[in-house]
Amino acid sequence: MRYLLLIYQNEAEHAQLSQDVLDAELGAYMAFREEVQFRDILLSTEAIQPIHTATTVRVHAGKTVITDGPFAETKEQLRGYVLLNCQDLDEALALAPKLPAAHYGAIEIRPIMELPS
Amino acid sequence: MREIAEDMDAAQRMVAQIFRQEADRILASLISVVRDVELAQDALADALLIALERWPVEGVPPHPAGWMTVVARRKAINRLRRENILLTCKQRILQELLKQESEPGAEEMETPSIPDERLKLMFTCCHPALALEAQVALTLHSLGGMSTTEIASAFLVPPATMAQRLVRAKRKLKEAGIGYRIPPREAIGERVDAVLCVLYLIFNEGYSVTRGNKLMRRELCDEAIRLARVLCLCLAQESLLETLPEALGLLALLLLHDSRSPARVGPDGAPLLLEEQDRSRWDQGKKQEGLTVLEKGLRMKQPGPYQIQAAISVLHVQAERPEETDWPQIAALYGQLWRMTPSPVIELNRAVAVAMADGPLAGLALLDRPEMQQVLADYHLFHAARADLLQRAGRLREASSAYREALRLCQNELDQVYLSDRLKEVSQA
Repeated sequence: MRYLLLIYQNEAEHAQLSQDVLDAELGAYMAFREEVQFRDILLSTEAIQPIHTATTVRVHAGKTVITDGPFAETKEQLRGYVLLNCQDLDEALALAPKLPAAHYGAIEIRPIMELPS
Repeated sequence: MREIAEDMDAAQRMVAQIFRQEADRILASLISVVRDVELAQDALADALLIALERWPVEGVPPHPAGWMTVVARRKAINRLRRENILLTCKQRILQELLKQESEPGAEEMETPSIPDERLKLMFTCCHPALALEAQVALTLHSLGGMSTTEIASAFLVPPATMAQRLVRAKRKLKEAGIGYRIPPREAIGERVDAVLCVLYLIFNEGYSVTRGNKLMRRELCDEAIRLARVLCLCLAQESLLETLPEALGLLALLLLHDSRSPARVGPDGAPLLLEEQDRSRWDQGKKQEGLTVLEKGLRMKQPGPYQIQAAISVLHVQAERPEETDWPQIAALYGQLWRMTPSPVIELNRAVAVAMADGPLAGLALLDRPEMQQVLADYHLFHAARADLLQRAGRLREASSAYREALRLCQNELDQVYLSDRLKEVSQA
């Protein structure tokens, strides 16, 4: 099954981290990437730009409304994602703590809705 | 604002009107395509829901009946696709079954051994990705053979609520891909803990309060004990030995608690405190079994919270009279328990044991530490315990205000009666 691991973190707090911590974080992330690549379960992963770059689009009664900013103000923001092909939820659950953000943010795991081709 | 509301109203009326006028026509055209009345009806219902959702917001489309036909047809396709996937799954299961059937020797076996799948089912039902109340309901429903109505009545919720809880839980199992298997080695400890926690919760729900349907609640205790036995058996069969001591500890704890249940209620139906109980009515068989099970666990030399709690329970049931209770040893065990799972409630229990061993003032000294006062300020049993110790120490005025505080916070009627009686006692003295 495919699982989307959504990486949430407080951007403002993250910006305060020292270079040492950031280096360690990058190292942990690279190690994670290597592990899932080695296991051959990595489908895709990206980091995304902070929320000040976000634009939200809604269509109301046929009219497109564009607003600056994310769709909702939250304490923690979506910072990136990992798409994995896991055996079951347990495999995804075992991997999530290896993402650095799990330790000071949160990882939300969502199964992909499998539609027939 | 009112205009919008009126618009929405109008749109909803439109949906209803079109549905009344055109439903049979749309349905007929759908049936002619999908050749399945039920599927067509379901798809049309789907389309109606979407119309009710969208038309009030987006406006009514130019050709409402046509729109609904198209949407219903799309919904029918989706439903057919889903069935197709299911069918493929079922095909695969069927193939597997047929393969097993054709394996040589299957028929010649004199005693066909059925693999014990209950452990896998326990891990699935108690998966931490489910809400705790869903874990409890699912465990009782799948492993306990209790009906939805029985579980609902045991947990004092309406049957519909429980049914919905179960449906949601089963859906999450399926859609989130919660595997039906014994968890990987590195997670086994946590996952067994989760099962133990659910079984303990089930037992406590039956044991703790005398409200609701008593018979049903008795059943919860029996179920928890039965399931704990199954768990111990399965863990041993699977050679998951590192997890066995605590499972045995829980089983022992439940048996020892349960051995006291015949004496817990007085002739008038009121609950009796441990020291008021007629100890000759305790169930000797369960007590003996509890002791044996705990010894087996302790011999494996991996102490844990359940084994310690069971050991505390042993010290209570072994005393033939209340005054023979080994309080210093109980206080020491609570200390050990606190080091493993620090919680102010455990510290409260330790303080009570210390008071029994070394006098009320020693217990009060532990309770009156600021960190205890702070965390337990809203917990009625904290004030009740404090009041009791103050009363024993002869500080009646302080005792009376502590009983008042306990009464103010207490939610349970039977406890309230008990506390007001004690309050009267200290006020009259």
